[in-house]
Amino acid sequence: MSAADTTSATSTAAERREERYYLASQWQLAWRKFRGHRLAIAGSWVLGAFYLLALCADFIAPYDVDLRSTYIYMPPQRVRVLADGRLHAPFVYATTSAVDLQSFARTYTEDPSARYPVRLLVRGYEYRLFGLIPMRIHLFGVEEPATLFLFGTDNLGRDFFSRVMLAARVSLSIGLVGVALSFVLGVLLGGVSGYYGGTVDLFVQRLIEFLLSIPKIPLWMALAAALPVDWPVVKVYFGITIILSVVGWTGLARVVRGKLLQLREEDYSTAAVVAGAADWQIILRHLLPGFMSYLIVTLTLAIPEMILAETALSFLGIGLKPPAVSWGVLLQDAQNVRTVALYPWLLLPGLFIIFTVLAFNFLGDGARDAADPYR
Amino acid sequence: MLDYIARRGLFTLMLLVLVSVVSFVIIQLPPGDYLSTYIMALQEQGEDVSEAQIESLRAHYGLGLPIYVQYFKWMWGVLRGNFGVSFEWNQPVASLIGERLALTLTIALATLVFTYVLAIPIGIYSATHQYSVGDYAFTTVGFIGLATPNFLLALILMFLFFKYLGLSVGGLFSPEYLGEPWSLGKVLDLIRHLPIPIIVVGTAGTAAIIRIMRGSLLDELRRQYVITARAKGMKERALLFKYPVRVAVNPIVSTIGWALPGTISGATITAIVLSLPTAGPLLLRSLRSQDMYLAASVVMILSAMTIVGTFLSDLLLAWVDPRIRFERSRT
Repeated sequence: MSAADTTSATSTAAERREERYYLASQWQLAWRKFRGHRLAIAGSWVLGAFYLLALCADFIAPYDVDLRSTYIYMPPQRVRVLADGRLHAPFVYATTSAVDLQSFARTYTEDPSARYPVRLLVRGYEYRLFGLIPMRIHLFGVEEPATLFLFGTDNLGRDFFSRVMLAARVSLSIGLVGVALSFVLGVLLGGVSGYYGGTVDLFVQRLIEFLLSIPKIPLWMALAAALPVDWPVVKVYFGITIILSVVGWTGLARVVRGKLLQLREEDYSTAAVVAGAADWQIILRHLLPGFMSYLIVTLTLAIPEMILAETALSFLGIGLKPPAVSWGVLLQDAQNVRTVALYPWLLLPGLFIIFTVLAFNFLGDGARDAADPYR
Repeated sequence: MLDYIARRGLFTLMLLVLVSVVSFVIIQLPPGDYLSTYIMALQEQGEDVSEAQIESLRAHYGLGLPIYVQYFKWMWGVLRGNFGVSFEWNQPVASLIGERLALTLTIALATLVFTYVLAIPIGIYSATHQYSVGDYAFTTVGFIGLATPNFLLALILMFLFFKYLGLSVGGLFSPEYLGEPWSLGKVLDLIRHLPIPIIVVGTAGTAAIIRIMRGSLLDELRRQYVITARAKGMKERALLFKYPVRVAVNPIVSTIGWALPGTISGATITAIVLSLPTAGPLLLRSLRSQDMYLAASVVMILSAMTIVGTFLSDLLLAWVDPRIRFERSRT
C-alpha cells in the first residue's frame, strides 16, 4: 500500500515537472537554458562585481583620485599576513623612498620595525556615495605614515588602485549609455525600414551598408578629434558616446529590420491593423516583444565593442582627456614601452578591460543560446 | 554576370560618393574655416600675410561660396589627384600619403592571408577534436584574443620583447633603410618586420574565424551524408576534406569582404602604437594639429580602399560561386 503510494507520488512529481516545462513562459525557458551555460553565469558574476565596484568606487578607493603624493612610480605594495613566523591580521610596513643620485632612479624600501594593520571602514577624504550621501568612511585604509598603494602609484604619485576603481565608472557606463543610444537609433531606423519597406527601406539599407563597409576606427578618430578642446568632461563624455553610437547602431538596426520584415506578415499583426492600432503601437506593443530576446543578445554583444572603442580613442588622446579618468585614459601613461618596462603595473587597467570584454562575450554567448529556448 | 557586375559597380560608386561627402564634412568639422587656421599657422612662422594673399587663397579654396560649390570644387581636385595642401607639412597631401597607404595596404592584405591560413586549419582541428585539450586551448586563446584590444596586445608584445629579449620592435624598417629608395634588401627588411604587426592586427579576426569555422563544421559533421559516407567505408581524411570542410568554409570565404573594414581599422590603431610608417600615425598627428585636408584625405582613401576591396572580393566570389550571382540577381 505504502509502496504504491510512493510510486504514484514520484510519478506525479515527474508529471508536474513536465507540466511546468510545458507551461513555462518563453522567458522562463530562456532563463533555464541560460543557467546551464556555465561561462555565461561566470560572466554575469564578474560583470555584477565590476559594476558594483564602479558604483561604490568612492567607497572602495582609499585615496582621492587626484591626490598627489611624494611616492612617484612606487611599485604595488604587499599586504602581509606573516611576521616573525607568526600569522597576523593583514598589515603593511611603512615605506621610505630614496633617490639614487647617480641614476636618479627611485628605490623604495620597507621599514619592518613597525606594522600598520589594514583597517576596515576608516575615515578618509570626503565624497558622496552614489553622488548623493556625503560620507567620509572608506572600505579600508591604513594609518599615516604608512601608505596603501595596492596597484602602486603613477608619475604624479597618485594611488593607481583608486584611479582604476574610479575609471571603471566611465569605462563601464559608456558602453551602457552608448548602447542605449544605439538602441534608440537602431529600433527607430530599423523599425521604420523593416515595417514600411519601399523607398525608406532602400535608403536605410544603403546607409547601413555604407557604415558597415568603411573602417570604423579612422572615422571615429576623425569625429572625436573634432570635439572642441575646451569642453568640460561631462560634455566630452556625451560627445564621445554620441559619436560611438552614430557609427555603431547598424548591427542593431539590421536585427530589428530583419525580424520586423518577418513578423509583420504574421496573422496577429494583420489582426492589429484590422483592429485599428496605430503603426507605432503595432511595432512597439505587438512586434517588438516578439524578438526582444534577439535584441538583448545583440545589445549584450554591442556593449564590449563600445567599451573597446572608447578605450582606444582615449588611449590615443582624442577621446576623454585628463582630468577625466577612464581605463583608456590611464593606459595613456603606458604608451611608451620603456616606461612600461620599468613600471609594468601601468598595464593593469588593460587587464580590467580584457576581463570586462570577456565577461560580456560569455554573457552574450549564453544569451544567444537562451534566446532560442526551443532548439 | 555582366548584370551583376554592373549593379555592384554602381553601388560601389555610390558608396564612394558617400565617402567623399563624409570626408568633406570632416574637413568642415573643426571650428573656424581651414583658411583661418592656415593663416594662423603662417603668422606663427613669422610670415606676414597680406589682404591680397588672403583674398587669393579664399578664391582658390572657394571659401565664401555656397557649401555645395565648395564640395564640388574640392571633389574636382580630388579626382585629378589634388587632395589639397597639408599646412603642417607645407606639402601637397598626395605626396605625403602615397607610400604610407601602400604600406597600410600591404599590412592589411598580409594580415588577411595570415588570418585565413591560420584560422581555417585550427577551426578544422577544433571541430574534429571537439572537447579535446587542444580544442579547449584554442578556444581559450581565441576568447582572450577576441577580448584584447589591438593596441593593448601591441603594447604587451612590445613590453615582452623589450623586457625579455631586449628587442625594440617598433617600426617597419631597420634604421639603415630609413629614407632609402626601394631595393631588394629593403623589401627583405620589411618582410622581417612584418610578423609583429600582422600578429597584432590579425589575432581578433583569427579568433573570430576559428569560432565560426568550428561551429559550422560541427553542424556539418552531424549531417547524415557524413554518416552514410562513413558507413560505406570512406577514409576519414578524404571524407572530411571532400565534403564537410568545403561546405563549412563557404560562409567564411563569402564574408571575406567584411573582414576588410575591421582589418584596416585594426591596422590604423596598431600602427600608432608600434609607430609604423603607415597611414595610422599620420592620421592621428593630422587630427591633433587639425590639419584637416590631410586627415580627411587619409580617412577618405582608407575607406575608399576598403570599399573597392570589398567590391573586388564580391566579384571574385561571384566568379567562383555561381550561387551568389544567381541569388543576388533574383532579388
